[in-house]
Amino acid sequence: MEMLKVEKTFETRELSVNMGPQHPATHGVLRLVLDIDGETVVKVTPHVGYLHRGIEKLGESLSYFQALPLTDRMDYVSAMSNNIGYCVAVEKLFGIEATERAKFIRTIVGEMSRIANHLLWLATHALDIGAMTVFLYCFREREWLLDLFEMICGARLTVTYPRIGGVRNDVPQEFLDSLYKFTDEFPSRILEYETLIDQNRIWLKRTKGIGVISAEEAINWGLTGATLRGSGVLYDVRKHTPYDAYDKVDFDIPIGTEGDTYDRYRCRMLELRQSNRIIRQCIEKLPPGPIMADAPKFTLPPKDYVLKDMEHLIHQFILITKGPTVPEGEIYVATEVPKGELGFYFVSDGTGKPYRMRVRAPSFVHASVLPRLCVGHLVADVIANIGTIDIVLGECDR
Amino acid sequence: MAVILERIEYSPYKKLEPLEIAEKIKEKFPLEAVDVISFRDQVSVIVKRDQIVPICKYLHDDPHLSLDHLQDLTAVDYSGKKDVRFEVVYNLYSIRHRHMIRLKAQVPESDPRINTVTSVWVGANWHERECFDMFGIVFNGHPDLRRILMPEDWEGHPLRKDYPLKGPEKEWSGYVQVVELAKKLKEFEWAG
Repeated sequence: MEMLKVEKTFETRELSVNMGPQHPATHGVLRLVLDIDGETVVKVTPHVGYLHRGIEKLGESLSYFQALPLTDRMDYVSAMSNNIGYCVAVEKLFGIEATERAKFIRTIVGEMSRIANHLLWLATHALDIGAMTVFLYCFREREWLLDLFEMICGARLTVTYPRIGGVRNDVPQEFLDSLYKFTDEFPSRILEYETLIDQNRIWLKRTKGIGVISAEEAINWGLTGATLRGSGVLYDVRKHTPYDAYDKVDFDIPIGTEGDTYDRYRCRMLELRQSNRIIRQCIEKLPPGPIMADAPKFTLPPKDYVLKDMEHLIHQFILITKGPTVPEGEIYVATEVPKGELGFYFVSDGTGKPYRMRVRAPSFVHASVLPRLCVGHLVADVIANIGTIDIVLGECDR
Repeated sequence: MAVILERIEYSPYKKLEPLEIAEKIKEKFPLEAVDVISFRDQVSVIVKRDQIVPICKYLHDDPHLSLDHLQDLTAVDYSGKKDVRFEVVYNLYSIRHRHMIRLKAQVPESDPRINTVTSVWVGANWHERECFDMFGIVFNGHPDLRRILMPEDWEGHPLRKDYPLKGPEKEWSGYVQVVELAKKLKEFEWAG
């Protein structure tokens, strides 16, 4: 019997695959249309906007005090940092400055939120790539931090704790004690995560040489935060234009050399240690004093007084509904949030509401670089690339 | 491969004051610069829109300025407040020299067009798409000018001042579709 001859070889053709918006590895509602040739990605088209709530438009219709809770809803993973970014920007526009104690408290909670964010990032990034165990370890420490947030303001995620000109209330001593204990234990916990994945052969294969972007290109794309520093660029808003108490504490900026997924991972792991250092120093140096700036025209009166006497109640009412009288002008203020550079651009026309409120969201810029990172890699690496740029779609879509 | 920790000194490079940068722009493009506004140590230079790409290229490439980082690109609707309705705002920063400047290009309502700066900063791509989506400003030569945050068949540009805060009267077609489908599917519900 004769062998059957294969007359026709298999044809290959490009295929468009839809990924998301409801996909567990896209960290929210990101939709990617992948054009693939076999296993190789040829083209990526991201679609964003599924979580668009019009925060910029809403901000223009609210007074400066009313718009603060909106910022929690942008990056809900690290809401505290967003609040701080908003407050720092509005304070600069008003021309006031927070008190020394408030600045230190803000630095503490800002770094706590950075640790909480990086832990969630590490947990989900590792889970996406296939290291399941890290997830639960990270959430153990994240819970500790969220419980501490609950202790100072009653909320775990959407905190709205910082205020324009200071913070809402002073921190209790138990909070500081518990946090100091946390900083004692945390370095050994970081070692635990690193034992699991740092030298893991699968982890190295999945992250080294994936999503490489050079320093010049990363700057040209407008990347910020650890995503930029992984490529070896020294840019950190906390060092370049210090706000709050960052010029009074000692810390280093970790940078990468290769600009790949592994380097960005290493940067964030080292940043965890630096954040831990900053918190320790801030607790040790925490000065006594008031927590709200003495600028009655621009800051809300203390809640105790508002509940007791008429004048303060009227004062609060006017400030919240009508807003303060703000000088005319425009300002762009950036802060370093865990994801990158969060900028607020305000145009004031002299009334109590911003004429234009613009949010420069790091996730938006980082999502735009996805096609550049993914093309030429395998489909499985798309997941690694989404993880490594650390995006939250609530912030991307605003 | 090792990741290094580097300590930053506070003033390693020659930093220019924002007003000095504004002077340089005025010197180089005397016909283009309309106005310079200073507020809280930040300086905005208002320019005409025609030469926006050469201006940006100059700011990016000049070794003394080296404004390599496009922090933000957005627009403002000055409807009724200024003669020219729109201004496209470029917040620029130099990572090497650590100075910043804000460029504002005037775009009239009658012809809301401006050239794209994606050839200078690739990162401007999505910012410009957002501007187009929210303000209806068309960026000439943009590689992929589509709506980005709003649905593709959305009518109007939400961040314009004449756009109502609560949205348009008419429901969005996608929403109407879903509601109609839900009504249709009600027929198959189990009545008891």
